[in-house]
Amino acid sequence: METQATEFTPALSALGGALIGLSAVWLMASIGRIAGLSGIVSGVLPTSWDRQSIWKVGFLIGAIAAPVFLSVIVGFRPDFSVPSNNWLLIGGGLLVGVGVSFGGGCTSGHGVCGISRLSMRSIFATVIFMATTGITVYVMRHLIGL
Amino acid sequence: MNVVSALIAGLIFGVGITLSGMGNPAKVVNFFDIAGHWDPSLAFVMGGAVVVTFIGYRLVWRQTQPLFSAQFFVPQRSDIDRNLVAGSAIFGIGWGMAGFCPGGAIPALGFGYWEPVLFVASMIAGLSLVSVLRRQGGGSAVSA
Repeated sequence: METQATEFTPALSALGGALIGLSAVWLMASIGRIAGLSGIVSGVLPTSWDRQSIWKVGFLIGAIAAPVFLSVIVGFRPDFSVPSNNWLLIGGGLLVGVGVSFGGGCTSGHGVCGISRLSMRSIFATVIFMATTGITVYVMRHLIGL
Repeated sequence: MNVVSALIAGLIFGVGITLSGMGNPAKVVNFFDIAGHWDPSLAFVMGGAVVVTFIGYRLVWRQTQPLFSAQFFVPQRSDIDRNLVAGSAIFGIGWGMAGFCPGGAIPALGFGYWEPVLFVASMIAGLSLVSVLRRQGGGSAVSA
C-alpha cells in the first residue's frame, strides 16, 4: 500500500455527508425504507431476489449515474486514487461481502441510518468495524508495509 | 412510484458520496491512518449525514405512513449477537484492506475506473456465498 497525502476537505465533506443524510431521509419519507447499501446490493442478487426488491434497482442506478451527471453537467470529477493492489481489492471485497451479510449492514445502514435511529445494534456494529478498519490500516501501513 | 423515489434517493446519495470524497479509497484509508497522512474528512461526512438523518427521521416519523408506501420498514432488533460482532469485525478488515465500503464503491462505479468494478464484483461474490450457505442452512438475509 503506497501512502500518499489527501487534501482535508471539511466543507465539501460535510456538504456531501448532509446530502447522504438527505437521501436517507427522502427514502424513509417516500417509501419507508432504510438507505443501507449492503442490504440494497444484496437484495438485487439472484440468490435473494424477490419482487419487493425492485426499488433497490432504482436506487443503485441513481447512485451509479450521479457521478456521471456531476462530471458531464457540472464538470466535477472527484480525486480518485487506489492505494491497494488487486489482491487486496479482491480479498477486501470478499471480506466486506461476507462481513456485511453477517453484520446486517455497513457504513450507511448501521453507521448513518442506525446511529440516527439510536439503535444499540448499529452503534455497536459501527464502533466494531471502525476499530477493525483502523487496526487493519495500521498493521498494513506501519507493521507490514503493504 | 417506489422505483422513482428510490432512483431520486440514489442520485442524491451518489452526489453526496462523490462530493464528500468517500468514493476515493486513498481519502478513506487516510482517515484511519492517524499515524501517517491523517485526513479527518470522513468524520465530517459522518457528522453531516447523522445530523441531517437524525433530525429528518424524527420529522418523517410524525407522519402515520410514508408518501408512497403503506408502512415504515424500520428494523426492530435490539440484541447484540455473535453474527453482528463477528460480521462487523470482518467487514472492517475488508474495508481497511480495500479502502472501499459498499456505500463508497457503488457510486465509484460511475467514476469510470476499473478498481471499483473489481471490488464490487468481489463483494458480490462474498454476499452470494453467504446467501447460498444460508439458503442451505435456512437463515435470514441482510437487513440493516
